[in-house]
Amino acid sequence: MSVSHSEVQLNRTMSKAKGKSVKRQNAEEDEEQLPIFSHEGDASVDEDEEDLSDSEESVFSGLEDSGSDSDDDGDDEEGESEEETPSENGESSSTMVPSEKHPPANRTKDKLQGEKPPRKEKAKKGRVSMSEGGGESGKLEREKELTHQPTPPQGDEYEQDTSDEEDIRNTIGNIPMEWYKDYPHIGYDLDGKKIFKPIRNKDELDEFLDKMENPDYWRTVHDKMTGTDIRLSDEQVELVHRLQKGQFGDVNFNEYEPSVDFFTSETMIHPVTNRPQDKRSFIPSLIEKEKVSKLVHAIKMGWIKPRKPKESAQQYYDLWAKEDPNAILGRHKMHVPAPKMRLPGHEESYNPPPEYLLTEEEKLAWEQQDPEDRKLAFIPQKHSCLRAVPAFSRFIHERFERCLDLYLCPRQRKMRVNVDPEDLIPKLPKPKDLQPFPTTQSLVYRGHSNLVRCISVSPSGQWLASGSDDCTVRLWEVSTARCMKTIEVGGAVKSIAWSPNPAISLVALSFNQTVMVLNPGLGDKLVSSATDQLISSYTEPEEEKVQPVEWVAAEGKDHEKGVRLIINHPKAIRQVTWHGKGDYLASVMPDSSNMQVLIHQVSKRRTQNPFRKNKGLVQCVSFHPIRPYFFVATQRYVRVYNLIKQELTKKLMANCKWISSMAIHPGGDNVICGSYDSRLAWFDLDLSTKPYKVLRHHKKALRGVAFHRHYPLFASASDDGSVIVCHGMVYNDLLQNPLIVPVKVLKGHTITHDLGVLDVTFHPTQPWVFSSGADATIRLFS
Amino acid sequence: MGGLQKKKYESGAATNYITRNKARKKLQLSLADFRRLCILKGIYPHEPKHKKKVNKGSTAPRTFYLLKDIRFLLHEPIVGKFREYKVFVRKLRKAYGKAEWTDVQRIRDNKPGYKLDHIVKERYPTFIDALRDIDDALSMCFLFSTFARTGKCHVQTIQLCRRLSVEWMNYIITSRALRKVFLSIKGIYYQAEVLGQPVTWLVPYQFSHDHPTDVDYRVMATFTEFYTTLLGFVNFRLYQSLNLAYPPKLDVKAEVELKGKHEEDYAMDSESYLEKLAALSSSLARMVSTVEEEEAELDHFPAEGEDAETLEGREKQQKEQDAQKKLFEGLKFFLNREVPRESLAFVLRCFGAQVSWDKYLCMGSTYDVTDQSITHQIVDRPNADQQYINRYYIQPQWVFDSVNAKLLLPVADYFPGVTLPPHLSPFVEEKDGDYVPPEKLKLMALQRGERPEREEEEEEEEDDEEEEEEDDEEDGEEEEEMDDEELNDEKNLKEMEKQKSQGKALLVKVTPGKAKPENKMRTEQEEKAEEKRLAIMMMKKKEKYLYDKIMFGKKRKVREANKLAAKRKAHEDASKADKKKKKAKKQ
Repeated sequence: MSVSHSEVQLNRTMSKAKGKSVKRQNAEEDEEQLPIFSHEGDASVDEDEEDLSDSEESVFSGLEDSGSDSDDDGDDEEGESEEETPSENGESSSTMVPSEKHPPANRTKDKLQGEKPPRKEKAKKGRVSMSEGGGESGKLEREKELTHQPTPPQGDEYEQDTSDEEDIRNTIGNIPMEWYKDYPHIGYDLDGKKIFKPIRNKDELDEFLDKMENPDYWRTVHDKMTGTDIRLSDEQVELVHRLQKGQFGDVNFNEYEPSVDFFTSETMIHPVTNRPQDKRSFIPSLIEKEKVSKLVHAIKMGWIKPRKPKESAQQYYDLWAKEDPNAILGRHKMHVPAPKMRLPGHEESYNPPPEYLLTEEEKLAWEQQDPEDRKLAFIPQKHSCLRAVPAFSRFIHERFERCLDLYLCPRQRKMRVNVDPEDLIPKLPKPKDLQPFPTTQSLVYRGHSNLVRCISVSPSGQWLASGSDDCTVRLWEVSTARCMKTIEVGGAVKSIAWSPNPAISLVALSFNQTVMVLNPGLGDKLVSSATDQLISSYTEPEEEKVQPVEWVAAEGKDHEKGVRLIINHPKAIRQVTWHGKGDYLASVMPDSSNMQVLIHQVSKRRTQNPFRKNKGLVQCVSFHPIRPYFFVATQRYVRVYNLIKQELTKKLMANCKWISSMAIHPGGDNVICGSYDSRLAWFDLDLSTKPYKVLRHHKKALRGVAFHRHYPLFASASDDGSVIVCHGMVYNDLLQNPLIVPVKVLKGHTITHDLGVLDVTFHPTQPWVFSSGADATIRLFS
Repeated sequence: MGGLQKKKYESGAATNYITRNKARKKLQLSLADFRRLCILKGIYPHEPKHKKKVNKGSTAPRTFYLLKDIRFLLHEPIVGKFREYKVFVRKLRKAYGKAEWTDVQRIRDNKPGYKLDHIVKERYPTFIDALRDIDDALSMCFLFSTFARTGKCHVQTIQLCRRLSVEWMNYIITSRALRKVFLSIKGIYYQAEVLGQPVTWLVPYQFSHDHPTDVDYRVMATFTEFYTTLLGFVNFRLYQSLNLAYPPKLDVKAEVELKGKHEEDYAMDSESYLEKLAALSSSLARMVSTVEEEEAELDHFPAEGEDAETLEGREKQQKEQDAQKKLFEGLKFFLNREVPRESLAFVLRCFGAQVSWDKYLCMGSTYDVTDQSITHQIVDRPNADQQYINRYYIQPQWVFDSVNAKLLLPVADYFPGVTLPPHLSPFVEEKDGDYVPPEKLKLMALQRGERPEREEEEEEEEDDEEEEEEDDEEDGEEEEEMDDEELNDEKNLKEMEKQKSQGKALLVKVTPGKAKPENKMRTEQEEKAEEKRLAIMMMKKKEKYLYDKIMFGKKRKVREANKLAAKRKAHEDASKADKKKKKAKKQ
């Protein structure tokens, strides 16, 4: 081949190589090609390159590493140059004939084999000429050859070896190749001229074509140092294979040569040296002595113990062979055994009855509950067969929790009360045996248009007076529920009371700041006229006292209506009540500070203020039926005053928040108090100042309480719309406590505006009870 | 007056209790050691009656131990061992630090250990005490024996647990003490009666555990340490009581039988021996080989204050039990490989059956599938390739249900591929008023000896039941109706009254009245109810509270039972409707 030819080729391949080099440069950092070698772009080379598969490449790089490892420092270039096997072509080209004469130095421990060179030279003659054209290239090639070309006999070795001074193609030394990445050249020749990289412009298509067409592609590798593609010779490939297999590189090397002992293994009669033995070999060692004495001391002192015989696994025996009754100590009796685990129910079955499975909502609720609140710790599940049952994920958890319970949970012996609830219900006499008492609603008195606050029955039991918020007072005939009279007054009637004296017919009522005493004019005419006479017979006393209230005798129209006296108070009045004799009248003005209670004497038209001091908000007052006592109920206490001695005799603690009403037993020794916190307190005055019994049978505030005058009955009216009639027997025997039995719950009133029954009162002679409610009716239960 | 002022909290409850921290300080133990000591010695905190007094006026939440308990712990030799161990660890660490390897070796060899024998004896002075408390020990051992042999705990512990649980099962088989079995979603509950004590334990299904991270395995390991000791002694004693050799040995006969077949497959004799024991297929060797002794007939003496009836009842129970013990006697079972082998083999052998399985599944199989004398084969596949006509193919639930019912249930419900009847818990004892699932009722009828009717009849029965239910409902309705009547009357009356009182255009009319038949019973009942209501009004506050609570509980129970019943009814209705639909479609 001629130079010119090769140069032509060069141009062609250069253009190809360029395109390729761009890529290559990305992949392998430093890739350079000497322009001189670009002629290698020979078809053959190209093909070579294409055949090289990845694995081959990697194997090759591995080879490179190993090569460099095995090499000495000085020969670094060689390590790299292993890649450059094709260079030997160059060598061969430069000195084709001499190459046989001067085989390269075998520095790399006979990696390559001797037979290679001739073949290669044949294969690449084209290159030879080329490399001769470029002097430097020649050097490089020579160097390559030195490294790789194998093994001609040792004698030749140094003849051609001029590696130190001569033609090393790589003039840049051992530096990172990327420093030359951006330059078109790589290093300088002796003249200081740039050595240009071979121009590579192979694009991917070329690469591919190369791969397809070049049968030697697989054995072509790229030399980074010079940027050339190098085709591996057969010998080199074989070397690679050998190394891959882990065999020794040199074929001729025998790994299993018989070893020759350095020293003979046979004992000889004479010593090797004639040196006399040291003195120290006859004298006991001091250091050892010290050590031993230390150990002996430690053993003596018991610091070091002899090795214990290894205990085998736990030995079991009959622990309870002799059961000693004395072993049962007090602690065993005191021991609180942990409760056993709960036994599982149907819902825990793997195949429970369908009713135990949770519905969707229940499942949702279960998930939203806190784990502590859940009734079941798991969701019941149904599996069609035993095979389908999965592991229970919380098994270890549950066992662990049990462990925690066993040693952490405080234990306490608790007596479980096993009570039959029937036993708790008190045994009371049957209501049947306690008759008579009102049982059924018999009459309804309609006529009022607003809630009826108060009712009162005449002492004869024939008439009923009622006061309402519609500013009227109505008088009814009890037996027929007929409204006999309607008297309009100037305000909502708060309280009404029929005089208990049967000889006079007077009704006291209160509205706003006025107490009115009227003569209903019903029934016996004689009594009525006698009453009128009594009132009109009043003569003004000479020396008029200053009275806290204003007494006015009704005249004209009022008189015709039946009004006889009007007592004007300074403040609103809450309650009026008569003394048993029918002459005295008490009124309650809770708003005024020092005149909360006033006692009026009707016959003399006189008014007294019994209390100077204000002792709480007075709720209601009452006269003792027989003795001269006066009961004043404030919010929480009931005070009992002796009117004659003018002193406080008793103070009853009602144990409730706000007393609403009060009634005195006709015997006078027992008092009941109703309160807004739905309690009814029964006081036995002889017994204590605390309630003898507190009943909580109403659900809402109590509005009124009443005793029957003859029968042992009392009733309470409440906002829950019911009237409860109780049997309240008081015995003359002081040792016997009163018997209180609820006998009937009377319901009839409807609840309007959260108000139910507002007042209750008994018929004076019959076991009947009247109640007035917020539904503007009055009802008679008999 | 005179005398010193008494100081607070220097006597009484305050001095009887001690807080945990104080106790720990008194014993000079770290918290971990204290915990371990408490676990081993069975010391637990106590809840004082008046916590505030004990807590010296403070209401801070604290755990209290009895001072006596802590004093008792002071003399425990194990506390010394704990200290020794601490010293050992310190020495070892020091030697390591100095890299004195011979010392390390020496110290290692002298590692202190302790035994728990005396604690077992002390905690359970009599054998019965130990038996009473063995439930947790068993459950724990069975759990630990299923652990994988890596991590979490020592391999020796796992092996020991396995050994002890196998011993226990062998004992139960030999003594035929098993009474109840229950397949729950958590695992399998077994209840046995050992020396008159009911012992219940839970065995997880054979799956690998995914170990939770929030569980302290040291606590569990400490418990297991104690439990294995306890269980070992209990097993020893139990084996002795049955005249069995301990550690258990296979019967010579069985051993020979087992040996011939595939002994050569196993390398280690000791390993295979445990496995052979665990196979549960053969009986154990007796210390003194006796011919199967017949149990002597026991005479029954009536205890004092016991009448003939209870005695009879007891005898009957005894008979039943004996019958149950021989439930599967004479039957030959074969287990397919998809069924849980161990539990089934255990249960079947407990009731006298012969069991075998595929020889490649586990050691110890005694006969092959091909054996013609097999009466039952247990399968858990919908379509097993049935080959033999002379045996039943049944699902495993049959075994468990039969055991619980104490009789051989009809196999038809348990054929492979059939929808199984629900598996009921044998531990539930229904009191009157509780909800009883209909399956249980059927079962009880079976137990009484009533023949189960064919399906149609069953349906009829169901109808009957329904009718009954309806009757009940009707009763309820009647009441309601009565109420309605009364209400109507009242309404009429009210209207009349209204008209009367308003006096407007009162239609005065006299109509012939109807004689209302007075329901005496009813009025009486009402009266009684009212009486009760009134009496309840008179209750004291405390009693009323208690009464309300009790009544609330009762009502809740009733409500729950009703809910379950309603659910069942809805379910049945739905399933019936489905059936009908299917029928209609078919036609």
